Amino acid sequence: MKFAIIVFPGSNCDHDCYHAVKHVFKQDADYVWHKAASLDGYDCVILPGGFSYGDYLRTGAIARFSPVMGAVMEFAKKGKPVLGICNGFQILTEAGLLPGVLMRNKGLKFICSRVSVRVENNATAFTSAYKKGAVASIPIAHADGNYYADAETIKRLEGEGRVVFRYSTPEGDVTAEANPNGSVSNIAAIVNEAGNVMGAMPHPERACEDALGSIGGHKVFESIIKNRAPR
Amino acid sequence: MITPQIIKEHGLSDAEYGRIQKALGRAPTFVELGIFSAMWSEHCSYKSSRVYLKSFPTKGADVLQGPGENAGVIDIGGGMALAFKMESHNHPSFIEPYQGAATGVGGILRDIFTMGARPVASLNSLRFGSTENPKTRFLLEGVVSGIAGYGNCIGVPTVGGEVFFNESYDGNCLVNVMTVGVLKKDRIFKGMGKGAGNPVIYAGSKTGRDGIHGAVMASDVFGAGGEERRPTVQVGDPFSEKLLLEACLELFKTDHVIGIQDMGAAGLTSSSAEMASRGKCGMEIYIDAVPRREDGMSAYEVMLSESQERMLIVVKKGTEDAVREIFHKWDLDACVIGKITDDGKLRVIEGGKTAAEIPIVSLTDGAPVYDRPVKRPAWQDGLGLFDVEKIPQPLDRIAPPRKDCAPTAIDGMTYNDAALRILSSLNVASKSWIYRQFDYMVRTDTMVCPGSDAAMVRIKGTDKAIAMTIDCNSRYCYLDPFKGAALAVAEAARNLSVSGARPVALTDCLNFGNPERPEVMWQFKEAVRGIREACLAFGIPVVSGNVSLYNETSGKSVYPTPVIGMIGIIDDIKDLRTQWFQNKGDVIGMLGVNAGGLGGSEYLKVLHGVEKGQVHLDLDAEKKVGDACLKAIKNSIIISSHDVSDGGALVALAECCLNPGRALGAQVELPLAGMRLDEALFGEFGPRAIVSFKEKDAGALEKICSSCGISFKAIGVVKGDALKIGWYVNLPVSEIQDAWGGALERFVNG
Repeated sequence: MKFAIIVFPGSNCDHDCYHAVKHVFKQDADYVWHKAASLDGYDCVILPGGFSYGDYLRTGAIARFSPVMGAVMEFAKKGKPVLGICNGFQILTEAGLLPGVLMRNKGLKFICSRVSVRVENNATAFTSAYKKGAVASIPIAHADGNYYADAETIKRLEGEGRVVFRYSTPEGDVTAEANPNGSVSNIAAIVNEAGNVMGAMPHPERACEDALGSIGGHKVFESIIKNRAPR
Repeated sequence: MITPQIIKEHGLSDAEYGRIQKALGRAPTFVELGIFSAMWSEHCSYKSSRVYLKSFPTKGADVLQGPGENAGVIDIGGGMALAFKMESHNHPSFIEPYQGAATGVGGILRDIFTMGARPVASLNSLRFGSTENPKTRFLLEGVVSGIAGYGNCIGVPTVGGEVFFNESYDGNCLVNVMTVGVLKKDRIFKGMGKGAGNPVIYAGSKTGRDGIHGAVMASDVFGAGGEERRPTVQVGDPFSEKLLLEACLELFKTDHVIGIQDMGAAGLTSSSAEMASRGKCGMEIYIDAVPRREDGMSAYEVMLSESQERMLIVVKKGTEDAVREIFHKWDLDACVIGKITDDGKLRVIEGGKTAAEIPIVSLTDGAPVYDRPVKRPAWQDGLGLFDVEKIPQPLDRIAPPRKDCAPTAIDGMTYNDAALRILSSLNVASKSWIYRQFDYMVRTDTMVCPGSDAAMVRIKGTDKAIAMTIDCNSRYCYLDPFKGAALAVAEAARNLSVSGARPVALTDCLNFGNPERPEVMWQFKEAVRGIREACLAFGIPVVSGNVSLYNETSGKSVYPTPVIGMIGIIDDIKDLRTQWFQNKGDVIGMLGVNAGGLGGSEYLKVLHGVEKGQVHLDLDAEKKVGDACLKAIKNSIIISSHDVSDGGALVALAECCLNPGRALGAQVELPLAGMRLDEALFGEFGPRAIVSFKEKDAGALEKICSSCGISFKAIGVVKGDALKIGWYVNLPVSEIQDAWGGALERFVNG
């Protein structure tokens, strides 16, 4: 399976995603510069974390105008998997591929921490290897991860099972204390209507190896690879 | 017209001005005066410290680059090398904490990647004033956000650090940052210009009026209203730096580069002069070609601006276009602004006219060097005098009071209370409120989250890991700068050894007061002597470093603060250890002697308000304890190990219990040997490590310790949910976690 890892100016988790895909999961992977016009030949696109364009103006707001985003839209339209992690999630909301917005954390500070997320929907291309209701330990590292959407959108997301991960206690209880950033309904990851575009604030690529203290994100990549869409 | 007033404003003495006239054979132009002033500032010239720094051991089989370059480089085998260095950004951070700290991080990162290395980890050492001082909270918040803002954005994990609060820093906070980078040993780039006719390329952000004369500001004491100097502080743009980093690393894959140096303190002035000086050549700068952010900047302003995220690169003639193309890909400016000459002069040309022409040697090797007067301070003798018998103890509430105990117990305070007070002292308490704001996991190499003795990052594709620590107990250095500085080296080595890493080299950042005061110079001299002695004892070279003087406000100096950043290597990742107890039932042991000794302890300061006493140094024992730890780890005997430092055995034991995965209790008996209980619990003398191991390995561990010539004693077992020490301490780990874990956050939130 061949992954495209998009590199925007200011992306800084591109190497980490590449390492996970290439060395942990032994898949093909390329860095794709944000000026690329086509994503032909790839089976999955990852928009990695970082600070594209320095997060200036608003997180993801400038990156979404990068030339490659046209190709990302096309790619998504074909039903192929697109995974936006952290800044990648922010870019996907700015680009309109996912609803809602990521606001400044409720505590106004950057938070780097390992958190627990509960798998709300395991019937997606990104989570099928998890059991529904399973709790995974995956790190977060962001200043703007406070997911917000209007009540109607939230209702739709919930109703359509599009909330994929929710911040929870290690036991799986979704509580206010377990919500690190103030996200509505403890939302940590969502998918689009077709289910092939996921945005997640937690970093699964940082939780794929025992050596790093957690393998809670391993099943995200496992799922993607297992569900590889036919070319 | 250069008036005496202008000379004074440039921080130059009359004698120094005379020297400038002599070097030029005439009066300097205004631009030349500015250049001399920056290059001869304490910050750039090390004029007060140079005579002492020469005494550091800097050589070693693994040293590929010692002091004098942008960073030191050591060989770590397998064709790989590490570049690392520490820098201070004290003065700017006190004036404007966010930008001061942020640009400090930016500066040290550039020092590392200019060597050809990819930065893989950063650490910091911070000093703030008393917790009673209302400004402390503001500075702490600003500095931490500044480090986070810059480091997180550029994507280099901030993996460790240390923080210390003390009233001596009320008028000058200290912000020292260290970065470590990985490179191939045969691809080291240096700040050297060579080859007459080769073009000099400017790359990175445009030049603005920020930070003009920052180096001169940082070479002066503050009076009241130091904040008025805000315009001399630079403003950082981590996004541009990220682009610059990637562009430079791309450039280093080519063979175009002859030399490269970042424009740090004194900007274009120091980078051009130093590169030409190292290459023993001259350089011509066409100042009109320098990309600018603002109109109407003079040659003086452009030469002295400390705008961030800029590099000066000497490339092979004919490769200019290829080099430009790489920077343009990353949306950065890159243009030729000068060329290498062979006349040994720094020539600045503005509008076709020569605005400055200075023999380069007079700016660098010819800069003044002072052997300043040294005097042991009158107050020093009194500091050592301290009678433990006059100090009341906490209440020993179970056993009857011993007759030989202190005169009176501290009113109503039990040892449990005392322990919680010390655990919640900000110098001891968890720093998680700080490191949670740093992305310490980016790059997916961080093997141990912040909080253990040493930070550790793996090197992908090898079995190796780099261990890093940053240490200095400034209170010890105040009481005895020689022993205190030696202990900073020893503690750093201990932190690495207990983590399973072989200490290999260090960088330092020497933060002191006003060198024109003989008492400060004495402290400096003693501290340098201490570092030297300790380096020789451990066989560890100093490969890079920084000196920050004039950390003084209204006549009050900071405590001598020689911060040590040390690197250790773990050849096989499986030998990596943390400080945290791992399993119930494991035996707890102490390597080294629980020697007591309350001099300079956190206990004395927190419970008795005293900063006095003798400081204890035993380098031989330090080395042996470290060797024993490493040996026992190699033999897979030690499961966890932690060094004993601030707060003594009690704090060390409490920290061992607070495994972030799962806190565990312990039942311990400390060897008392006729000591007072407070000495046994809180004494900071003597190198010690608290280890845990399987009962069956006790004999083997004892054997290793005796072969290394150190004492070993089994002192307890990992069990239950409380830390119980003898009859006098019994604390649930949840209570310890609350006191220790939440103290800093409670302080910040007032």
